[in-house]
Amino acid sequence: MSARKDRWVFSFFFLLFCASSIRMQGSARLLQELSPQEYFSSLQAGRASLAYFSHNVSPGAQPFLEQIENSAEALQDYGISVVKVNCPKEDVSRYCGEENALRKAYLFRGNMLIREFPTDALFDVDSIVANVLFALLFNEVKYVETLADLQNIENALKGRSNMVFAYVPATGTAEHRAVMEAAFVYGTVHQFVLTTEATLLKDTGNDESDVLSARLLFCHCQQATDLAQPCRRTAMGQTLTMLNIHRHLKLMGAPLVTEVAEDPEKVSTVHLQLGLPLVFILSQKETYEADRRTAEFVAWQLLGKAGVALLSRDLVDLNILLRSNVALKTPDEGEPVKYLVLEDTDEVITLVEDKNKVEQIQEDEEENEEDEDEKENNNQDVQDDQVVEAVSRDKKRELPLEQILVLTEETFHSALLETARTVVLFYASWEAVSLAVLRSYTEVADHLKGTRGILLSRVNCWDWPGVCTKENVTQFPTMKIYEKGGRSVMYNGMWGTEELTSFIMLNQVSCPLRLATIDEAEGYLRGEFPPELSSYHHTSLLGVFSTATSEAREAFEEAGNLLSGHVMMGMYFEDDALALSRKYAVSPPALLLARSRGQSVEGIALSKESVQDMVQIIRYELLDVFPEITVQNLPRYLQLRKPFLIFFSDGDLGQMESKEMLKLAKERPQQAFVACWLNLKKTPVGRGVLKAYFATMPSLPVLIWVNLHAGGHVFKFPSELSITEMNILSWLEKLKAGLEIPSSTLSEEDWKPPLPAYDFLQMMEMAVPEPPLRTSHRHRDVPQQHPPESSGGDTGVQEEPPQDSKAEKVGSPGRDLRGTAPRLAAREKQGKRHSEL
Amino acid sequence: MALAGCGMLLGLALHFGSLRGASGAPSLYHDYCIIGAGPSGLQAAYFLQRAGRDYVVFERSHAPGSFFALYPRHRKLISINKRYTGKSNSEFNLRHDWNSLLSHDRRLLFRRYSRDFFPDADAMVRYLEDFASLLKLRVQYNTAVVHVMLERDSQAWNGHYFLLTDQDRQNYKCSSLLVATGTWVPNVVNFPGSEYVEGYETVSINPEDFAGQTVLILGRGNSAFETAENILGVTNFIHMVSRSRVRLSWATHYVGDLRAINNGLLDTYQLKSLDGLLEGDLEDLAIVKDKKGKLHITLRFYLENRNTSAGIDSITLPQDELDNFATRAPYDRVIRCLGWKFDFSIYNRSLGLMAGKGNKKKYPQIKPSYESKGTRGLFVIGTASHSVDFRKSAGGFIHGFRYTTRAVHRLLENRHHGVPWPSTVYPITQLTNSIIKRVNEASGLYQMFGVLADIILLRENATTFEYLEEYPVGVLAELEGQTGRKAPNGLFVVIMEYGRNFSGADKDVFYYNRAVGEAQHAWQSNFLHPVIYYYKRLPKESCFLFAFTRQKLPPFCRQGYMRMQGLVGSERLRHHAVEAGLLEDYTLTDFLGDRPPDSHEGSQDHLLRDHAIPVHPLQHLVTAKDEL
Repeated sequence: MSARKDRWVFSFFFLLFCASSIRMQGSARLLQELSPQEYFSSLQAGRASLAYFSHNVSPGAQPFLEQIENSAEALQDYGISVVKVNCPKEDVSRYCGEENALRKAYLFRGNMLIREFPTDALFDVDSIVANVLFALLFNEVKYVETLADLQNIENALKGRSNMVFAYVPATGTAEHRAVMEAAFVYGTVHQFVLTTEATLLKDTGNDESDVLSARLLFCHCQQATDLAQPCRRTAMGQTLTMLNIHRHLKLMGAPLVTEVAEDPEKVSTVHLQLGLPLVFILSQKETYEADRRTAEFVAWQLLGKAGVALLSRDLVDLNILLRSNVALKTPDEGEPVKYLVLEDTDEVITLVEDKNKVEQIQEDEEENEEDEDEKENNNQDVQDDQVVEAVSRDKKRELPLEQILVLTEETFHSALLETARTVVLFYASWEAVSLAVLRSYTEVADHLKGTRGILLSRVNCWDWPGVCTKENVTQFPTMKIYEKGGRSVMYNGMWGTEELTSFIMLNQVSCPLRLATIDEAEGYLRGEFPPELSSYHHTSLLGVFSTATSEAREAFEEAGNLLSGHVMMGMYFEDDALALSRKYAVSPPALLLARSRGQSVEGIALSKESVQDMVQIIRYELLDVFPEITVQNLPRYLQLRKPFLIFFSDGDLGQMESKEMLKLAKERPQQAFVACWLNLKKTPVGRGVLKAYFATMPSLPVLIWVNLHAGGHVFKFPSELSITEMNILSWLEKLKAGLEIPSSTLSEEDWKPPLPAYDFLQMMEMAVPEPPLRTSHRHRDVPQQHPPESSGGDTGVQEEPPQDSKAEKVGSPGRDLRGTAPRLAAREKQGKRHSEL
Repeated sequence: MALAGCGMLLGLALHFGSLRGASGAPSLYHDYCIIGAGPSGLQAAYFLQRAGRDYVVFERSHAPGSFFALYPRHRKLISINKRYTGKSNSEFNLRHDWNSLLSHDRRLLFRRYSRDFFPDADAMVRYLEDFASLLKLRVQYNTAVVHVMLERDSQAWNGHYFLLTDQDRQNYKCSSLLVATGTWVPNVVNFPGSEYVEGYETVSINPEDFAGQTVLILGRGNSAFETAENILGVTNFIHMVSRSRVRLSWATHYVGDLRAINNGLLDTYQLKSLDGLLEGDLEDLAIVKDKKGKLHITLRFYLENRNTSAGIDSITLPQDELDNFATRAPYDRVIRCLGWKFDFSIYNRSLGLMAGKGNKKKYPQIKPSYESKGTRGLFVIGTASHSVDFRKSAGGFIHGFRYTTRAVHRLLENRHHGVPWPSTVYPITQLTNSIIKRVNEASGLYQMFGVLADIILLRENATTFEYLEEYPVGVLAELEGQTGRKAPNGLFVVIMEYGRNFSGADKDVFYYNRAVGEAQHAWQSNFLHPVIYYYKRLPKESCFLFAFTRQKLPPFCRQGYMRMQGLVGSERLRHHAVEAGLLEDYTLTDFLGDRPPDSHEGSQDHLLRDHAIPVHPLQHLVTAKDEL
């Protein structure tokens, strides 16, 4: 963003440069040379002119003449003409004749002499412009020397108009000129008061150490009601230049608090246009008065630093959290408005000022550059990706990989022939996710230690790209199980230890497993058959088919292939299948589902016979009625795309809640929501969820309704009600009817890159050396020759960005090799000096 | 008797051969004809063979790589043969193997043919012989193509056939012509007295023949320095003349410039050991031989003004007028080492095979797709195709053109056989991985920097992408037509580049701070670095948290976690992520839950609140809704 600003400023300066160079050409003509008669006859009433009388140019007056010529152009902007009057030799009239006249310049308004200036007061353009305007604006700019004078003026102004009080160390300086130029524009609006007495400044309560530099204070006397109290003052933080003063006055003129009733994204105020942030205080009808007071309080604190707007939420349909009370809009285009929950007005102020601080640091180029570097380095020390950072912090630890066979391009194929099943993890040693999975894989190896017929192995695709390409590894990591016969299955699930282990275990038996006898089938439902898996806890699914239902059986087999490793599937289609189906009260084709070791067997009739339907039915049936939500299983339930009714429990479920919730879930099998619970001990991230829902942790347990897929409203079951089926149902009814107010609404914001991207093209553009002419003119001309009329626009006011230093900053490579920093810094400074020469 | 019979047979055969040619016997047809069985010709043949195409290679010699049988004269190849890299990655290792051709056969790696870092040229000849025979490439030896012309035919692939005639007047007809003849015609400069100049092709390579002699070498390339290097120790002194300044390859990154291995003469020159380097235009030169057989350097200008009838004595020598003329001492030998140029002579004018301009005039003019500018269907491969990246990349050398030849083959497969450019489809989660993988190991991108680029084509919705390797970036605009792949959703271009202002003949390439270390300075990298012309980040974070706390899931969650392919990680890794401040550790608050169950509920609430967020006594700002 700042880069764009720089570019903008640059083009602005360029325009200025063009404008000023045109002026310079014309400046020769701006200084008129007239005879005394011509001059006095040309004087028009009301028009001011600065005249210099001379017989012939004496060498001593030469520098002065040059300065006066140079100032002709600046003065012309204020309607003041500059005339050199050539006195004829014999002329001894009032101005030509006088001895001293030749060391003076005369300021006329019409043909009335306003002031004589000794030439030594007009030593440069600044002093000429400052002194001439000072003389002309005698009424608009009061000069005070004592505190009493200042207070008198201030008191007189109270309730009438505001005052601009400026201290300059001396008249005729650039600061003085800036104040006078501002007075020329704003003199009719505000009363300007000028002093050169530093003591006056001290008495105004500015007892900072740098009192010697020029200062400007805006005194809000117009609104002052109490005559005994001094007017409220807002000091201008920046140096006294025409641009800064203009900007400051513009800000002071803006309303203290703007009331807005539209989307903050669309709001634009003078603050934003001047490059300052805008703070929104979010209000609503009930709290309007208090909010208004808050806004005004904040606005006074931030005056000159940021704008404050009062946004009425009732009038604008904002899709933001109800808890948000402050919004911040930065002048950077494209940056979204930030909504915040703040506790204190101080936080609002630090929010803005910190930002300013950052900017200030950027302004003071040299001294602070190193600090800034450090800051950047700090950011870069931490990877913005959790996995990458975590893995890199763990890189020194050696993984216990002894139990995992390393395969190479040469050994790969022969290794597959040695064991019934070879599990191969294809990974890349430079990739963080691979390394994270490798850690889980070692845990899998621990679990499966001693299991016969399974060999765990790995291939590092960084070492052996050929075999990875041949095995169609298009992602890192990829896990495949190769059977001795040549068939292979690719794993496509969660990369957790448990899931990986379960996949490998289940793949030991074919899927679906054909059961030959009714005893086997019964044993299978009890979890005792096949013996390989008897020690392994799982849900079993048995397809029962009669000989007539071969189509369904084929679909079931196909579904088994697809679900291999994820589901334990058996199949029984012997002649006595009817006996089995009769026992469990189903008619073939049907599924029997045995959860937790055959304590209960559910029967499910199969009506649809396509493979996809079958897979879907099986997946659905495997979902629990009232599941405990864990990190691993959430996606399965999210896929139902239903609202969630979650019971957050700190530890195991209480018996009563468990019973009631289960009742609720069971009795409405086709209901429109997922009833589940979350064990905060097992899934501590649940606390993060709750914290996002409520600013503070609610007391536990807590029952939450959240519709993730529509609206994103979060509702909290009233804690005073006990958790019973009836209470919950009636609460849900109320929700449906819209009688409850959501506790919060989930953000609908789009995801953007977490960090701004490096705009390399922009950097390159900036590093391209500019033509020397332009830069040199820019620095010299801007402060002096800025025509005040054009600065009336809002865009013209910006701090001068240290553009060159920026360009050099990016232009110097290798500054970041740590340890060489001091030397590098020295180099850089040298470079800077060089470019200045 | 038997001997006579044998001679008879031979005579008959010869007679028959000429008869057939004269009678205009039907020409033999092939889809692809390759002229030249050098490295690039064999490389092209390999790809055509693997694709099952109808092709033939014509080689005028009896064996492949005939150029290497003669050159370099001093037999030392300057292409490196790095046998050890500490890596087993075969693709990566090709980055440091400048001599092997591409093939699936692991036996055909050059490190099996030579132990030398700079191998002997004989090893290359053996290698090429093996490459042709082990892979059973169809090479027709002893066939010198002497003429190439076009036969218009609207049925032909390119609207014409190529008609090739060999030394026996046998005609061959081809749909597509791959010119892999290299540059083998010696560059000769004609000036008065150039008849006294010996060519690099024939000059003695025995240093003893130069003992005590004073030698002038014309030229400033690797062959000139190689020649000088060979005789440096035995000559009186060597002078080298050429128009341009010496360009050192380590300063220019261009392997065709003077390599450090040959630059012994620079050392002796700068260390004041009599040898010298001179700059001057060879066209202005003249050589006169005196009675003793010594060769004197003069200028053409003097020669043109002299009286032709007069003898050697009447010729003005520069030193007559100029006291300190550099080459005032007479030479015993003048050797020409001016490099080679493409043989344009065999192509009929109708082919419009034009010489390049400026310093590329030794190469035929071709497009960045390696197709001739004048004739559709005529592709120039190998050294002769170097005009595309002359003095920039490695397209004129085996380690570069082995990749450009593959690119040409892929273009042809798409154009004539409807086989689109090979590509792999990846899920979008693998975007950065696929780029990093290639940048880590790809050899084609690495050698043909600035010329070949990987292309990533985003599929609709950007959930998957296609990865195309090593496409000639010069014809990027024609990507869809040339590859048969569609790019409706934007693409990334991954290419390797050197820093713009880093290298060059006059630059100090060892300046302090030449390396950059941080991401924001990446663009200023001076060394070879990848440049990606559009970059999109795919962060990973806790999808679980987002699933419950946001209506929209970040893209990486939608692709990975939501398809039940999340990463769970171990406790230890999670701990690291927490330490880094990237992941919040919610287990920390557990101590509250661990409090004895009999503790007063109210106090627990209080504690909880205190722990969670410090509450400031400012009511206005906290909207009333929290009391719900």
